[in-house]
Amino acid sequence: MTLLDVADLRLSFGGLLAIDGLSFSVGEGEIVSVIGPNGAGKTSAFNCVTGFYRPTAGRIALRGRDLRGLRPSAVAGLGVARTFQNLRLFGELSVLDNVRAGTHLWLRQSVFDALLHTPRYRRSEHECTEQAHHWLDFVGLRGDRYGPARALSYGEQRRTEIARALARHPCLLLLDEPAAGLNHGEKAELLGLIRRIRDLGVAIVLIEHDMGLVMEVSERVVVLNFGREIADGRPEDVRRDPAVIEAYLGGEPHA
Amino acid sequence: MTQLVWNGLFVGSFYALVALGYSMVYGIIKLLNFAHGDLYMLGAFTGFAILGAAGGVSSSAALPVLLGVLLATMVITGLAGVVLERVAYRPLRGAPRLSLLITAVGASFALEYGMRVVAGADPRVYPVRLGGTALEVFGARLTVQQLALVAVAVVLMAGLNLLVTRTREGRAMRAIALDPRTSALMGIDVNAVISRTFFLGSALAGAAGVMAGAYYGKIDFLMGFLIGLKAFTAAVIGGIGNIPGTMLGGLLLGLLESFGTFWLGGEWRDVFAFGVLIVFLTVRPTGLLGERVTERV
Amino acid sequence: MKGPGQDPAAPGPDSALSGPDSPPQAGSPPGSDSALSGSGSSSGSGSGSGSPSGLAGPAGAEPPGGSRTTGSEVRLRGTTKPPTVASRLLQNRWAGLAGLLVALLAPFVNATPYALSVMTSAAIFVMLAAGLNIVVGYCGLLDLGYAAFFAVGAYTSGVLATRFDLPLLATVPAVLVATVIAGIVIGAPTLRLRSDYLAVVTLGFGEIIRITANNLEVTGGPSGVYGIPHLADGPVGFYYLTVAVVAVAVAGAARLGRSRLGRAWRFVREDEDAAEAMGVHTYRVKLAAYIAGAIWGGLAGVLFAAHLSAISPASFTFLQSALVLMAVVLGGMGSMPGVVIGAIVISILPEILRDLADHRFFLFGVLLIVVMLLRPQGLWPARSKEALK
Repeated sequence: MTLLDVADLRLSFGGLLAIDGLSFSVGEGEIVSVIGPNGAGKTSAFNCVTGFYRPTAGRIALRGRDLRGLRPSAVAGLGVARTFQNLRLFGELSVLDNVRAGTHLWLRQSVFDALLHTPRYRRSEHECTEQAHHWLDFVGLRGDRYGPARALSYGEQRRTEIARALARHPCLLLLDEPAAGLNHGEKAELLGLIRRIRDLGVAIVLIEHDMGLVMEVSERVVVLNFGREIADGRPEDVRRDPAVIEAYLGGEPHA
Repeated sequence: MTQLVWNGLFVGSFYALVALGYSMVYGIIKLLNFAHGDLYMLGAFTGFAILGAAGGVSSSAALPVLLGVLLATMVITGLAGVVLERVAYRPLRGAPRLSLLITAVGASFALEYGMRVVAGADPRVYPVRLGGTALEVFGARLTVQQLALVAVAVVLMAGLNLLVTRTREGRAMRAIALDPRTSALMGIDVNAVISRTFFLGSALAGAAGVMAGAYYGKIDFLMGFLIGLKAFTAAVIGGIGNIPGTMLGGLLLGLLESFGTFWLGGEWRDVFAFGVLIVFLTVRPTGLLGERVTERV
Repeated sequence: MKGPGQDPAAPGPDSALSGPDSPPQAGSPPGSDSALSGSGSSSGSGSGSGSPSGLAGPAGAEPPGGSRTTGSEVRLRGTTKPPTVASRLLQNRWAGLAGLLVALLAPFVNATPYALSVMTSAAIFVMLAAGLNIVVGYCGLLDLGYAAFFAVGAYTSGVLATRFDLPLLATVPAVLVATVIAGIVIGAPTLRLRSDYLAVVTLGFGEIIRITANNLEVTGGPSGVYGIPHLADGPVGFYYLTVAVVAVAVAGAARLGRSRLGRAWRFVREDEDAAEAMGVHTYRVKLAAYIAGAIWGGLAGVLFAAHLSAISPASFTFLQSALVLMAVVLGGMGSMPGVVIGAIVISILPEILRDLADHRFFLFGVLLIVVMLLRPQGLWPARSKEALK
């Protein structure tokens, strides 16, 4: 069953064509990697899906619902969560508060609950904190979760960002280069984490440069080059695709 | 009708002069210098002090003397702007925007009420008053002095435009406006250029202050507040960060106000001006010429 | 043109006042803030029982749920949380209660009309600061025209009460409606703008409201509205009424800060894109902060009108907005106890330093710069240590 369907996506900035006819789909609970050289339009595609960019043309649908023209919060409301290539944590807020952000969409609490401290307020706040701890445990955060997020190490901040996205209870999780800047051990843990997320039934789209990780974890790989899709298939097939090899090793891009 | 246009252009040239400093500073370090209007006030008082120290001025020599005072004032307010940047803004470059804005509000406050401590709360009467000979041009009454002031404003603005578009210094400013870090890597002394930008902007505001003092005859320590707001409005109308745009915005705001006053009555003039500001920010936040990135400073 | 405006603190005796009013600060001196900082969280549950207890208690916007679990969770999870959570909770809760207690006892120490007037003004000023703290401190939106809401509240209530011979209390629903509308009218077009444009536009709006009040017939023009009825019998009664209202308002603002909405405000302040990505409709959330600030300001305006029984445009200048901002910045943006203290300092200090009257706004301006340069988090900061920031 198709969860996310991107068809013939185009995006141009002024005259520059950042994405030129990208199509791919993601099934429920599937792990799909989007790879390609720098500047191939991967992050732009993420930004189109999540509503940060408005695509010039094409179709983006989640479970058949059109995502175009929705603001990012509305896309998130439909169950899409994401991380950012260059970490976007709320640096001054505590790690727990960062993860609590993920609960924003489903936490049932009105302004009056908050003003009057109704039982529902207490329940919801309790649940919110429980959830935050739960997802921090899930991603295996070792650092101080009561301190500000900026005090965490880089790898821990990456984990926190994933925990924040998971606290949203998404059906689709977009990870933008989660392994960037991680050391070997952390990458191995990330691999396990991605699989455990998939086991929750969450579909994952992964932008990643680390081929080892991509080949290991993905069920399908989509390859972009110059805003165009040049391959889409199982990791072992993509690895042997001549167009992909050429894109990575050089040569005429359109040969 | 012609009278309204002329009044508008006259007031607008003041707005444009003050707005330029706003616009330049914003263009280069993306800071809204709330204290900018108060540099205008400082200019008016500096001119006042110089004129007072020089003793009375005979009305026949008023204009040349005033030009000398104008230059001296420009240097002093320019330096004041440099000091302001050095003390209050530079240490916060890279701090959250909110901190910078609050500092700018503090600077504005300190300048206003510092001046009140020095010069008192009551309005001062300018020792030179440009009144006098009126000409009739296309049905509008205008005075030689008004013409002279507008001419000075035009010369100053034209000079600034040349400086920014034609000189090395101007190129450095534009480079920093685009990307301060790369500019620094390319060997531009970013701090020095920013200082000089503050100098230029503040000097222009100071000049406008002296001219306003001489024209309106009265100055007080809060005179910069409203003009600061108006100048910001002018800069936004024209496209903040864009020099020709800002000049255009100043003139346009002057005209709009002139006609707005005519239609709605003088007491609604400021409301009208701010209304224009809000409409522009809502409908076209980049301003009229805001998209011409090439001219940015 | 703005004029020196009307200071919220009416003239009053100096030394006499320093006695009753310094304790709220003394009860929680800046020195103790390091000890308290970690427990901003804990205060949350404390203020649950009775609203006034939250007066100055919550150092941060920590959900009480979170704080209640804090103690046990810490041990459970073995993180590096210091063990003194409970004691800090008491301390912080005590600070809020102590502040309220001092405010309640003050008239027994000094009940001259001057002193009462100054203290009432200070309390109203605290409410203004609490409201602006929602906008500036929690949500990170610089509002330089906050006096506009104060004016809308004061004028709505003053005009209705004098024109239709209504008791002031009856005007409160109308005030609520008017301030919410004002918040939407001012906020809706401007909140889409960049933060620094917002500052200038709010400044412009503040002026528009003041000039409009100055020009209109209904609002009495430059001389304003007078003969506004009182809200309580005698200055002592009104003082207690004010303290009660302000305590509830401060506690309410702090509670909002510790709620789902309050967290969303801080997410917006920290990173709008990330907040959007987590499903926070940033525009609506900002508008909510704006409206909340407007309501707080408007209700403070009602108290103000009742207190002075006469209002004029001169009371709602930029100077007034700037003073409230100063209180928030000085105390610590986003930290309710800090803001309360900041407001008390800003409104009482001029009474103590009468001799410096001419210099005080100059000093305030310098102070604003110095605070930003040296201690941008304010006197009693909101800290991130599982507090908020």
